Amino acid sequence: MKQILLKTEGISKYFHDPQTFQVLKSIDLEVRRGEFLSLVGKSGSGKSTLMYLLSTMDMDFEGKLQINNIELTGKKPDYLARFRNEHIGFVFQFHFLLPEFTALENVMIPALKLAKFPESEIKKRAMEKLDILGIADQADKVSSKLSGGQQQRVAIARALINNPLLIMGDEPTGNLDSVNSKIVFDTFRKLTQELGQTIIAVTHDDDFAAKTDRIIEMKDGRIL
Amino acid sequence: MNVNFKIAKTHLLAKPKQTLVAMLGVTFGIGMFITMVSLMTGLNNFTEDLTKIASADIRMYKDITEPRPTLLDKINPKAVNLVHSVKPKNESEKIRNALQIADLLRRDPEILGVAPRLTSQVFYNFGPVKLNGSVAGVDILEEDKLFDLNSKMKEGSLSALMTTSNGLIIGSGLAKKLSAKLGDLLILTTPQGITYSMKVVGVFQLGLGEIDNVRSYANLATVQKLLGKDAGYITDLNIKTTNYREARGKAEKIQAMYGYKAEDWETANSTLLAGAIIRDIMTYSVSITLLIVAGFGIYNILNMTIYSKMKDIAILKATGFAAKDVTGIFMTQSLIIGLFGSLMGLVVGYILSLLLAQVPFDGGDLLSIDALPISFDPKFYLIGIVFGVATTAVAGWMPARKAGKIDPIEIIRGI
Repeated sequence: MKQILLKTEGISKYFHDPQTFQVLKSIDLEVRRGEFLSLVGKSGSGKSTLMYLLSTMDMDFEGKLQINNIELTGKKPDYLARFRNEHIGFVFQFHFLLPEFTALENVMIPALKLAKFPESEIKKRAMEKLDILGIADQADKVSSKLSGGQQQRVAIARALINNPLLIMGDEPTGNLDSVNSKIVFDTFRKLTQELGQTIIAVTHDDDFAAKTDRIIEMKDGRIL
Repeated sequence: MNVNFKIAKTHLLAKPKQTLVAMLGVTFGIGMFITMVSLMTGLNNFTEDLTKIASADIRMYKDITEPRPTLLDKINPKAVNLVHSVKPKNESEKIRNALQIADLLRRDPEILGVAPRLTSQVFYNFGPVKLNGSVAGVDILEEDKLFDLNSKMKEGSLSALMTTSNGLIIGSGLAKKLSAKLGDLLILTTPQGITYSMKVVGVFQLGLGEIDNVRSYANLATVQKLLGKDAGYITDLNIKTTNYREARGKAEKIQAMYGYKAEDWETANSTLLAGAIIRDIMTYSVSITLLIVAGFGIYNILNMTIYSKMKDIAILKATGFAAKDVTGIFMTQSLIIGLFGSLMGLVVGYILSLLLAQVPFDGGDLLSIDALPISFDPKFYLIGIVFGVATTAVAGWMPARKAGKIDPIEIIRGI
């Protein structure tokens, strides 16, 4: 059995606007290292909310969250920002690349922020990541000039740049055609199998979910 | 290069026109500030120089205009005394022991020089012309130390006065009116009716008509003789201090110590100098207004930039940029705009000042200048850049902080 990477204990969350409403009801979840996990459920089931909690972007909840045996509840925003920078990669439905920068620079930015390696080393690593995703030839293009599929792959390369413990996907294929969806899925598959990467992806796409290691289905704020 | 700075730079370069417009706002404000403050300070300095030509830092004299208590007031100080037709007492204007006081004052390290003076009203007679004026009996070497007379001599020399006991150095205006030349003999008539023949040994020009047209310098002993007074008769002590800006405080101390009225140059010329304050107020109020307008421009542009960069901010925050990093990125942009805008403003201000310094300006008889007086004090350039950067920092702070507070989830989920 592989070691546990992420663990929650009794996570509950409320929305207060316009009325107090419990979105998440005492969620207990364990994710193991190298798992490719999909979160599914209808709109309003709380799956996205849960993902943002797990990714430490929203810390306004009751309960406990541990990643890599580090207790994250109650930590300061600056600490969490640093933690996300180092340990969590994001892939969203939309690529969210910085339009003025080239593909390569977009991939480099989180690593430059982390500043663990000199810039030349970061550049080398960023090129490696782009190569893994098969878009090394597009490295010097301004990101706004790339096609949708290419942009999403640059976004994945960006998520990988700091060798994170965890990659979070929020509908990563939601805005892509079937060809590009397949490329993204295959990339994720390859990352988990070959590099032991852990991935949690929220998705509406049943085909996508069906091919992952584990499906967590949510309904009315609970895991089914 | 710091990644925050790199992002800020890229944002600015991505929209060069918008960046330039924001910078020009600051440039205009600072440029105008520099130009105005240079001109106003030039004028202020000029007025100050003018007053300094005529007035010593501190002038000590016996003040006989103070109201005098009557004898009745002295005997019955608590009673209501009515005395009609009180006339001023015939008091001597002499400063007692003036030369000893001068010696004591010269020992003060804050005092550079003391020049005794005795002034008298006179009529100048030369041929048929009779002119009203004044003659100042001075120790010419001390006088030169205080007023730099040597550099203001048009003809003749100071030393000629020392060797000629009845020598007279006359103002240029006076010389013109009397058509007097070096070596001419003038007849001076005092209010007491004494006449005395004096020889012109020099002509000076202070550049101040009210003096050049009426004053002449003679030896102290000559004027004492002219007035029929003893060798200790001195009515004024002119004092030069090491720091004329602090003359007022020094004057008060001197007055308290010696009991004679000591008046500093600012008090003596308060009407002339009042204009300086008004000019300063004008300069700063106009400049601040311009800078506030520029500040609003920056505020708007930054707000717009942040609005259009919501997605970028969201992803930066998601990938580990803290609120302070995002605020830093936008503050950096604001400060770069401020710094470059201010630097350009300094250049514009300097060029405008140079141009203004070429503008012909006729000071009339009173002033001897031919172009606008402009100050190029580096202090104002420093104030300008601090001013410009501070304005942009304040204008940028609110939008930048707002950007730092953006909740990335709201943006990411809201699309």
